[in-house]
Amino acid sequence: MEKLIEKYYRPRLPHIWCPGCGNGIVTSSIIKAIDKLGLDQDKTVIVSGIGCSSRASGYLNFDTVHSLHGRALPVATGIKLADPELNVIVITGDGDGTAIGGNHFIHTARRNINLTVILFNNNIYGMTGGQYSPLTPTDSKATTAPYGTLERAFDIAELAKAAGATYVARGTAFHANMLVDVIAKGISHDGFSLIEAVTQCPIYFGRQNKKGDASAMLKTQRDNAVTVEAAKKLSPEQLEGKFKIGVLHQSEAPEYTKQYQGIIDRAQKGAK
Amino acid sequence: MAKVLLLQGNQACAEGAIAAGVTFFAGYPITPSTEIAEIMAKRLPEVGGKFIQMEDEIAGIGAIVGASLTGKKVLTATSGPGFSLKQEFIGYATIAEVPIVIANVQRVGPSTGQPTAPAQGDMMQARWGTHGDHPVIALTPASVPECFTLTIKAYELSEKYRMPVLLMLDEIIGHMREKIEIPDYDTIEKPVRKGPRVGPNEFKAYEPDSDGVPPMADFGTGYRYHVTGLVHDETGFPNGSPAATEKLLKRLHEKVERDIDNITMYEEYKLDDAEIAIVTYGGTARSAYAAIDMAREEGIKVGMFRLISVWPFPEKEIAQLAQKVKVIVVPELNYGQMVGEVKKAAEGKVPVKPMSKYDSEPISPKELLAFVKNL
Repeated sequence: MEKLIEKYYRPRLPHIWCPGCGNGIVTSSIIKAIDKLGLDQDKTVIVSGIGCSSRASGYLNFDTVHSLHGRALPVATGIKLADPELNVIVITGDGDGTAIGGNHFIHTARRNINLTVILFNNNIYGMTGGQYSPLTPTDSKATTAPYGTLERAFDIAELAKAAGATYVARGTAFHANMLVDVIAKGISHDGFSLIEAVTQCPIYFGRQNKKGDASAMLKTQRDNAVTVEAAKKLSPEQLEGKFKIGVLHQSEAPEYTKQYQGIIDRAQKGAK
Repeated sequence: MAKVLLLQGNQACAEGAIAAGVTFFAGYPITPSTEIAEIMAKRLPEVGGKFIQMEDEIAGIGAIVGASLTGKKVLTATSGPGFSLKQEFIGYATIAEVPIVIANVQRVGPSTGQPTAPAQGDMMQARWGTHGDHPVIALTPASVPECFTLTIKAYELSEKYRMPVLLMLDEIIGHMREKIEIPDYDTIEKPVRKGPRVGPNEFKAYEPDSDGVPPMADFGTGYRYHVTGLVHDETGFPNGSPAATEKLLKRLHEKVERDIDNITMYEEYKLDDAEIAIVTYGGTARSAYAAIDMAREEGIKVGMFRLISVWPFPEKEIAQLAQKVKVIVVPELNYGQMVGEVKKAAEGKVPVKPMSKYDSEPISPKELLAFVKNL
């Protein structure tokens, strides 16, 4: 493990995450996936937005961009389209990626540009102190929902699929090894990949909603997650209140930057 | 080979960008800037570049920020409402020192306003649209040939100072057609970004040279640096200490201020013996040339100081002008924006008269002549 830290992390500790936060586990899963695939560190770019998880970019030893709130995907799109040789990985949170960044999210998925998005889902705005996000479950408490949230939460995986993502997976901080695997598959996939990484925020989500400490929240992930394979054998009643983990969707579609090269070839031949 | 063409200002802006070596455009269509996007969509693939129409204005500028980090020269184009949406990223590119060029073809506002009518109402938005204290470089062409040359100049400045440069067109200039002689693009010097002179181990991403500007490494070349909109120190990593905050903000201002004489651009027209000076810019300057010629025929000594770089504002030059003439007139297509800057620079040494027009029509030479005669 020490070797991975030396190779992939910048010597910038301590990090800003609270005790018990799952973001460190998800970040290390990304690093393990990168290492497993043997990606060229000089040709890999990490782009994030703003929020707790988005601070990860600063800790990782690659070309990294800590961009604007909700805007990681446009920046990543510019990098990937300008230089398709680069592996571009996006780190975002549920608030960053699905609220202010929601429109970018669906359109980037629609284009099927070869980016890998790891969306850290802790169900809350952590950095601003516990306000509800589009992925906060209905009837949850938040500092901006002292009587409970009215809004229904997105199923971000379903949204990604509907918008045209060609690889969609979900993992959890508890199932860290599996998370490495689904992230690695997403990076290898030629097209837009979304990996929802369920992570615990004991301080701002857990405390307000009486979910217990970090270990209790990890156990909740363990107890409620059902692998895609196991879910096939369960009835809808048995799946009530559970969520699926693993590769949820994979399909083939033309990848944007490769398609764009076709445009250049046509333009340079003088054809329309 | 040089070509003589009849082009629109928007077209000349797009061609200027290609001549400067732009290979990436991302944007969102908005009148009256749309032709810039349309031409880039056709022209960029011909030169091996890329065009992408993004889902909104914010995404358009976000994508060019990303593309610029890979070493490409980049452009986006917009008009007032879109310019507002892009402001947060303009601030980001300023603090993160990412060279980008934004063309704003101004229309009547606020809000949707008059999409197809000319205005010069975003001059202060260009200066203060994003949040915080920051320097701005904004250029304003007054002819189709100048759309071409100033666009190239915008890249020279943007790459040199590592910051956004704003091209403030107005609808008159954007949609006007004029004869333009376009040189062979191979003969045009392409602005060059200052690259690192040390290896990745010694490289500090935001360590400035003596000119206040840090060399910039392209993503993907092994320098592995961090880009953030947070206040950062020379390493590029967040450092919110009062000392680091002051040092960074001071440097961002000073890299422009110290070189202000090289950035400031203006034109003097029949100003030598003038008693009345017209200070104006962009499409409105076109009427001023004609009004001045008409006035001169009647023996009225009028001349023009045309702002080409509007930001930074040529304060020193306007102060000198205020010592020379008896009155300054500032015609502009807004309720009065740059006139405030002229007054500030003139420091009460001479009366400064606004001639504001905001009815969606240009100021005609006759109207300007009448205004001058009534002084």
